Amino acid sequence: MEHKGMNLTLKVWRQQNANDKGKFVTYNVKDVSPDMSFLEMFDVLNEQLINTGDEPIAFDHDCREGICGMCSMYINGRAHGPMKGTTTCQLHMRSFKDGDTITVEPWRAKAFPVIKDLVVDRTSFDKIIASGGFVSVNTGNAQDANALPIPKDDADASFEAAACIGCGACVASCKNSSAMLFVSAKVSQFALLPQGQAERTDRVLNMVKTMDEAGFGNCTNTGSCEVECPKEISLANIARMNREYLMATLKK
Amino acid sequence: MTKFLTSSLGKKTVMALSGLFLCLFLLEHLYTNVHLFFGDGGKEFNEASHSMVHSILIRIIEVVLFLAIVVHVAQALLLTKENSDARPVKYAVDGTSKTSDWFSRNMLLTGSIIFFFIVVHLYNFFVPYRVTGHVVGPEEAMATGGETLAMEVAEALSNPIYAIIYLISVLLLAFHLNHGFQSAFQTLGINNQKYSKVWKMASVGFAVLIGVGFGAFPIFFQLAKYIGFDALNWNM
Amino acid sequence: MSSKLNAKIPAGELEQKWTKYRSEVALVNPANKRSLEIIVVGSGLAGASAAATLAELGYKVKVFCFQDSPRRAHSIAAQGGINAAKNYQNDGDSVWRLFYDTIKGGDYRAREANVHRLAEVSTSIIDQCVAQGVPFAREYGGLLSNRSFGGTQVQRTFYAAGQTGQQLLLGAYSALERQVGLGNAQMYSRHEMMDVVMIDGKAKGIIARNMVTGELERHSGHAVLLCTGGYGNVFFLSTNAMGSNVTAAWKAHKRGAYFGNPCFTQIHPTCIPVSGDHQSKLTLMSESLRNDGRIWVPKKQGDTRKPNEIPEEERDYFLERRYPAFGNLVPRDVASRAAKERCDAGYGVGASKMAVYLDYASAIERYGKQQASKLGESNPTHERIIQLGKDVVKEKYGNLFDMYEKITDENPYEMPMRIYPAVHYTMGGLWVDYELMTTIPGLYALGEANFSDHGANRLGASALMQGLADGYFVIPYTIGSYLSSQIRDKAADINSPEFMAAEKETAELINKLMNIKGTKSVDHFHKRLGKIMWDKCGMARSKEGLQWAIDEIRKLQKEFWSDVRIPGTASGLNPELEKACRVADFLELGELMCLDALNREESCGGHFREEHQTEEGEAMRHDDTYMYVAAWEYKSTNNYELHKEELKYERIKPSQRNYK
Repeated sequence: MEHKGMNLTLKVWRQQNANDKGKFVTYNVKDVSPDMSFLEMFDVLNEQLINTGDEPIAFDHDCREGICGMCSMYINGRAHGPMKGTTTCQLHMRSFKDGDTITVEPWRAKAFPVIKDLVVDRTSFDKIIASGGFVSVNTGNAQDANALPIPKDDADASFEAAACIGCGACVASCKNSSAMLFVSAKVSQFALLPQGQAERTDRVLNMVKTMDEAGFGNCTNTGSCEVECPKEISLANIARMNREYLMATLKK
Repeated sequence: MTKFLTSSLGKKTVMALSGLFLCLFLLEHLYTNVHLFFGDGGKEFNEASHSMVHSILIRIIEVVLFLAIVVHVAQALLLTKENSDARPVKYAVDGTSKTSDWFSRNMLLTGSIIFFFIVVHLYNFFVPYRVTGHVVGPEEAMATGGETLAMEVAEALSNPIYAIIYLISVLLLAFHLNHGFQSAFQTLGINNQKYSKVWKMASVGFAVLIGVGFGAFPIFFQLAKYIGFDALNWNM
Repeated sequence: MSSKLNAKIPAGELEQKWTKYRSEVALVNPANKRSLEIIVVGSGLAGASAAATLAELGYKVKVFCFQDSPRRAHSIAAQGGINAAKNYQNDGDSVWRLFYDTIKGGDYRAREANVHRLAEVSTSIIDQCVAQGVPFAREYGGLLSNRSFGGTQVQRTFYAAGQTGQQLLLGAYSALERQVGLGNAQMYSRHEMMDVVMIDGKAKGIIARNMVTGELERHSGHAVLLCTGGYGNVFFLSTNAMGSNVTAAWKAHKRGAYFGNPCFTQIHPTCIPVSGDHQSKLTLMSESLRNDGRIWVPKKQGDTRKPNEIPEEERDYFLERRYPAFGNLVPRDVASRAAKERCDAGYGVGASKMAVYLDYASAIERYGKQQASKLGESNPTHERIIQLGKDVVKEKYGNLFDMYEKITDENPYEMPMRIYPAVHYTMGGLWVDYELMTTIPGLYALGEANFSDHGANRLGASALMQGLADGYFVIPYTIGSYLSSQIRDKAADINSPEFMAAEKETAELINKLMNIKGTKSVDHFHKRLGKIMWDKCGMARSKEGLQWAIDEIRKLQKEFWSDVRIPGTASGLNPELEKACRVADFLELGELMCLDALNREESCGGHFREEHQTEEGEAMRHDDTYMYVAAWEYKSTNNYELHKEELKYERIKPSQRNYK
């Protein structure tokens, strides 16, 4: 139970704004409790910076319980750090050792330009959803919820794809900055459900088109995205989207 | 169709299809090469090669084959460029070694070496046989005493430098295939959680088959040379 | 009783009010809708669903959120589920029962007409969400699955594993993004609303700060909808997201919107306890854990033994002892207070001594025995039983146990979990009438941001229901009542003096904050405010404590405005500035919460006044004097005036809750 505080060296990417070139700055953080989350360690560092008159490090975060998808650090070469199935906010300092040097970078991708320090712009994900990640049903159009039985296996598989939190770790960890895992998770969620059938063809065509326009790279099936995904979204979704896309192309 | 071909998924599909086609060719090539082991002085091998040269179907496929190589290479270069552009600022610390295989990330490198080898390979066998006429078919060889393809192969593979280049290339090819083969099925959408293990195993199997299959030739000819064995005629 | 408060509850029978209202409310024709602009602030369940639906109807909608994407709103973190009176389980549920449970659960401090409407539209929510492709849990037959939640006697809770809020929000977000794609809605993410712009006494737009560039923007609209969630972060530590704030609602309050029942906050009993001073937020664990876990503390004060070393007879299962009928399943407020009482008396456990044990050992053994007999194992060893039991528990609660282990590094299968109550939800909020309009014409409040349908205490799985009800099914109708009278008005000119003045005020506020250049960080003040609020306006409140708190908060306000340090500049992304603006408002809200708590001389729901309890320590309501909504009007700094909306119970007879 009793842990000694750790002393850490942090190399953090600092960039004033989108036009700034940016650089790494080294900081020392002392007496870090192993029970702290990674972001709480950043809070402590920021408090230090404020007290010494420096500008604190900007980073994205909100719910701090691993579900909103806002936190986004690339820690020692790993999206969300070294733990499997874990967002940065749920990564605890006990995953590190006293004396460690930790390098923290923002998500790197043309489609995710840096806004400041570790904060990047992920609106391209919203644009992809706006181009087809929905079922076109206006409020009030619905029939009774149980009028449409859905096999449990399909519903469960759809849920697993829908569990994506849109954090962008897949893009960040992919050597090509490909957004295939994100897009395929949404395509799969609806492809697996009867509600999604009416727009199945257009959905995948439009979403892939928007994805390509946003400047993401191409998937080369290295599988990093699946390993780094905090919600462990499966690569099988990418295969499904490829299939959907081929079928849609043949149809249209 | 242009929309498809210029889309990220379309380009990937072209990679997958051309790659799979090249895989088919490798099988066929291996099948022909196996004739070298028959100990008949290369007779069956020469005949098999000869009949292929004179089959219209094979000649057409040959054109497709060259096209496939060109498309596979060109597309690979294009995709790599795009993929590199998708991350203008690189990471200072790259941890992808912990999340993916080296070979899956370095398909361009292995592919380039393989491509280089293909050029050498074509220069050694295809050009003399089909272009310059230095190497001749079995009947002509009987008539004129010219050099057959089998003799040419035996000669080349007995050269230790060529054999080593050949071996390394085949080894890289095997790793290239280990990623590329199963990757093609993923790209074509013929995959899911249940089958992915099957494809991965099939991929390993295919890579081993091609690797061991082709790798056997330089090893065989080199061994034969050192123990003074006539590899084509199975005579000491 | 104030004449200013008109709840606009439609006349007629309770069951007919909403139907009748919908038939009679003024409509806006499609051509006019196109020229009416609506500003929606917040993109959680209420905001996203309202924005999507209004855009579908043809209004021009602008949506603002401070996060980088509307999908991040904190509705996403709701775990358990959403209630609906579908009666799919055929277990006797009905609109009436959901209505009754909600009123009773709220300790008779909610408005009958609103709650009945909520229960009525609850069924349509499920239909709508399923149609959107929300992957709710299903049975093998393909039909929707339900579970019981929060001690209700029927199974009416729909869920998607432990991520119901996420799936519902993504449904609403998808609907919103669809409208964005169609050009009917415009999205402004990374924008914080800084003020409401009033023209001729009506809300006509907002001032928003672009958080990336730091620029102030003027946006006009015919109506403004605040869907900005609750204010639990006034306590610094809560289960809210780090960015959750009261600023939008508070700015509206200062422009004339009354604040309803600010002291009604919900403290959730099963949260992971604070581990140290570094703690930035608290994590909730689903209430469902209390179904099988037993809550206890050592009988000996300051016992430092490990939990497994404390023998059975030296354990105090205090909920079972105090409430034999309901045991560990008493409502949230009761369970939370009981835990606090034990810890305050020195029986708390863990390093901080501010935690109680939630023990699964007996559940593991019980399930293990059941499982063994199910498997036909006649004489299983103890180890075998424990193993089987752990498997069963893993299947039921595995994800929660994993989460606990991730955060605390302790294995809850081997050692009892440590839990402590944490601020979770705020029932109070902007006062709204039946149409969800605040006391400012044209300004609406939806979801947790309004003073809501939950009275003094919210039932589990009802927050999601209310947010979506307001957004999908209430506001699209009720907004017509106001907008139909606005069709002749063009959108307000954003260069009008009112807009310019409001922008100037905001700019001055920011300037003032930036120029304090004090010595202490924003978090420093926030933490101190949180401690005052938690100690004096948390689970138990007293007259003395509240008066002390008010004094302290006023002092803290002064200190904040003279000593806060905000590094960097206002032009560009500056999280410290964002926090400072929010904490400035929390500092004022905290005072009002204490004033409200001081005013309410009774104990009801989440509000427990130590002076008003029975001899056994149970809450005592005073229906004769406090059966009203306290709606506070902002007069000037530190000066608020109370208005009362009497609550008339026509159909339900209030009774004292009893869980003994």
